[in-house]
Amino acid sequence: MKNNAPSKYTFVELSFEKLLNIASSITLFLIGAIFITMFHSSLQAIREFGIGFITGSQWDPVADIFGALPFITGTLLTSFTALIISMVFSLSISIYISEYLNNGMFRSFLKSLIEIMAAIPSVIYGFWGLIFLVPLIRNLEMKIGVMPYGVGIFSASLVLAIMIIPYASAIIYEVMSMTPKDIKEAAYSLGANKYEVIKNIILPYVRTGIFAGIFLSLGRALGETMAVTMLIGNMNIIPENIFSPGNTLASVIVNEFAEASGDLYFSTLFEIGLILFLITLIINMAGSRIIKRMYRPAGEK
Amino acid sequence: MKILSVLIAIILIFPIVYGDSASAQETELLGAGATFAYPLYSKVFNIYYKSFGVRINYQSIGSGGGIRQMINKTVDFGATDVYMTEEEQRNAKAEVLHIPIVLGPVAVTYKLPDNPEIRLTPEVLSNIYLGNINKWDDPEIRRLNMGIVLPDMDIIVVRRSDGSGTTAIFTDYLTKVSEEWAQKVGTGKSVNWPSSLGAKGNEGVSGLVKQIPGSIGYVELAYAVQNLMPVARIQNKSGRFVVPSIESTSLALNIEILKDTKISLTNTDAVNGYPITGLTWVLIYKELEKVERDISRAEELVRLVWWMIHEGQKYAEVLDYAPLPKEAVLIAENILKTITYNNEPVFNRINR
Repeated sequence: MKNNAPSKYTFVELSFEKLLNIASSITLFLIGAIFITMFHSSLQAIREFGIGFITGSQWDPVADIFGALPFITGTLLTSFTALIISMVFSLSISIYISEYLNNGMFRSFLKSLIEIMAAIPSVIYGFWGLIFLVPLIRNLEMKIGVMPYGVGIFSASLVLAIMIIPYASAIIYEVMSMTPKDIKEAAYSLGANKYEVIKNIILPYVRTGIFAGIFLSLGRALGETMAVTMLIGNMNIIPENIFSPGNTLASVIVNEFAEASGDLYFSTLFEIGLILFLITLIINMAGSRIIKRMYRPAGEK
Repeated sequence: MKILSVLIAIILIFPIVYGDSASAQETELLGAGATFAYPLYSKVFNIYYKSFGVRINYQSIGSGGGIRQMINKTVDFGATDVYMTEEEQRNAKAEVLHIPIVLGPVAVTYKLPDNPEIRLTPEVLSNIYLGNINKWDDPEIRRLNMGIVLPDMDIIVVRRSDGSGTTAIFTDYLTKVSEEWAQKVGTGKSVNWPSSLGAKGNEGVSGLVKQIPGSIGYVELAYAVQNLMPVARIQNKSGRFVVPSIESTSLALNIEILKDTKISLTNTDAVNGYPITGLTWVLIYKELEKVERDISRAEELVRLVWWMIHEGQKYAEVLDYAPLPKEAVLIAENILKTITYNNEPVFNRINR
């Protein structure tokens, strides 16, 4: 038996390691393959327009003039506006659930309710936004005297903000509940009140978790297609203000891909996809750098 | 173990026995293309299956996708609202025939207080879409609509955000009636729109127009009718203000039709015709041996399209499409008769 056991374990362990190896290389290979396909398909557009594709703001499929600047600004503007709005709510929800809610049943009910928000299809969010939110925003626009479109950057951002709340709050909640009890209790015993504990102990402790939540939800916001295309107004201009209609990278792809005729037109849509891919990549890389820099042992300032 | 192997054997044998007998009786034809007439296609294909046992699998992926699949020869037939360009025809490497199926009007709908019925001339409509006219009480609109109180409201222009045959018909019309439009924008399934809101699909445009006071948009007639939305009377080439309807749409085809039916039906000379009208086609290869693996599939395909331009026409009106006028059916018949399989006309075989 004694001779048998190690060899068996080695076999299991070895095959387990191999399995993990294969699975992760397949994933890496797929990402690489997607990138190569997109790059290859966009080559024609890259050759034709060069850097002018990113700086150009005209989109004219009839004359074969393509510039993606309106879509890039639209994507960044909606995603970051949505992020700012949603962080207020996801932070408050996480703090409330982990620190103020003592009733276990209600707490798990609230938690699963927020998780369900992530499972709602985005077309439902878009539809709800169109039916319910857009008329309200139109009233607001009439009061402040801008063109009462209703749809636009602001409407899209608002619905996006709601959609990404569960992504950030799930992570932030988890890291908050991992704050060591003894540190919290030490603070309480020194006479700190709840607000002081949250501000001085918990929030500094979960900084990295908050940033991880931010980048996860930002990635989701950048790529969201259906709800945004229903609410943004699909106007191919660089937005003048937060209420103005616009368009995003993902939304122009979903709108024009099916009927794109002509090779160059087709290729530009692939380049749009490539730009979206790169923006997401850059933001995520920047994110992990920030998190790495911030990561210091708890309590240190 | 024994049970398992018996089960596996059954699972393996079952489709062979069952599947074979099923496919012997049942042919399945594959089609792909336009969304414009999809409601009609899904209706008539279902009826055709019930009557003749031939299943038709139609994917409404858009005209562009339908043409791409035709070129790749992955479908038996395509469907499109815009006839194939010469480049596409060249890519197909074999002659593709266009068989007209139905006509569809594109209605101009709007949202104004009290739902008045307004009239528009081609000039005013194109100026609205160009952004030259941007108030509802503009003298140009008022002049056409005496007796209607038009509000001092901004006009909010709505159009399709997705590439679509409906847009191609509408912009084809505007290109014909306005020189400024022809120069600045032109015709296409997606164009460089002057300032206007985009919404996805007919349902998106009708949804947005219904919601925004002062908005104007274009949709297939069916969507305006089903949503009880007002439609504008448009002045046609002979000076009459025509309301879009099945009748006025069919009348638009009262002109000389080219033998290959590749014609544009916007702004035609037809006296009582509605001017913003489009034709939708089914695409078939002329020499069917290029796509079909045997003659019986070729026969089924020709039989299907023959049925669509005859018996199938009666389902059009219920769904707000205009059936083909008699002359157009005759032309479509003649095109179908030219289809061959290994140089033998397929029509002669199905008629035996």
